[in-house]
Amino acid sequence: MKPVRAIVTVLLIAAVPVLAAEIPQSERRSGFSFMGPDTQAMQNDDTANPGILWVLDGEALWKSKAGAAGKACADCHGDARTSMKGVAARYPAFDKALGHPVDLEQRINNCRTTHQQATPLPYESRELLALTAFLAQQSRGMSIMPERDPQLEPFIAKGRELFLQRQGQLNLACANCHDDNWDKRLAGSAITQGHPTGYPLYRLEWQSLGSLQRRLRACISGIRAQPYAFGAPELVELELYLMWRARGMPAETPAVRP
Amino acid sequence: MPSALINVPRHAKRGEIIEIKTLMSHIMETGYRHTANGDVVPRDIITSFSCRFNGAEIFRADLFPAVAANPFITFFTVANDSGKFEFEWIGDKGFAETASASITVE
Repeated sequence: MKPVRAIVTVLLIAAVPVLAAEIPQSERRSGFSFMGPDTQAMQNDDTANPGILWVLDGEALWKSKAGAAGKACADCHGDARTSMKGVAARYPAFDKALGHPVDLEQRINNCRTTHQQATPLPYESRELLALTAFLAQQSRGMSIMPERDPQLEPFIAKGRELFLQRQGQLNLACANCHDDNWDKRLAGSAITQGHPTGYPLYRLEWQSLGSLQRRLRACISGIRAQPYAFGAPELVELELYLMWRARGMPAETPAVRP
Repeated sequence: MPSALINVPRHAKRGEIIEIKTLMSHIMETGYRHTANGDVVPRDIITSFSCRFNGAEIFRADLFPAVAANPFITFFTVANDSGKFEFEWIGDKGFAETASASITVE
């Protein structure tokens, strides 16, 4: 780097200290690009990608009646291929009635309790993962784009604070790995940039589909901190910040990851 | 909700080597894990997979606890005739699933 350019860069970093550690837009990479060719082939082939099993289950659930109201998702929303296209790409979204953002799983459960008068599905249950995967698949290939809602901004800011907050016995923040060291490896595994482009996704380690909240909780346990409970506002704020951080990247659901 | 994903080419030339890919939804519980209370989680795996073509068995595999969840089994065969592939998975706790796919050989 020429000295003048170096000085300009230093000045730029000094001028915007909050953005100093963030990954430039042009250098953002999906977790997909960190995987071996075999795992990539598994994700790309819909007859080899085990996530498709959940998508098919979700399609069946979408059409099946549930709850005291005796209504199926399809009775109100029709064909998900058109009505749900692009929806997952803008979640978590602000819920006016609740006054805070909700993720896709919470939206599904809200719909179940209010419109279907059914019991909410437990987090990480096959049914909830299946419905979420089916909805999110309708946005596959589309750009992740959280809504530009001024009401969301304080929650994105909170999520970012959590992302930068050192915590746990190892005293690490998300950013210490996923902003600062994503080009390195941790015990032989690639440290990725942590863009949630393919959730819910099939993790070979889990031998199952799992949600972004499961992934976040696993990461928080990994730094030996106390994980937030499923559905906790902190997890939704982190999800929101991460989706905002990944804005413009293509959605891959259901992705496959090692 | 068990379900299978099958990938068989719809058309093939006579004598062509074709790849058959199958993926079956199954937890493949090894039987070696314990709950927090120390109780053994009972084994629940697929024990056998077979493929018949026009009634004649062309491929068979035995599965064991070391096989991962949602077993993905692929194999090759020679396309000699048009017909129907029938797949069968058998396992613990009375697990029995079938699927089929047709091929046209020209």
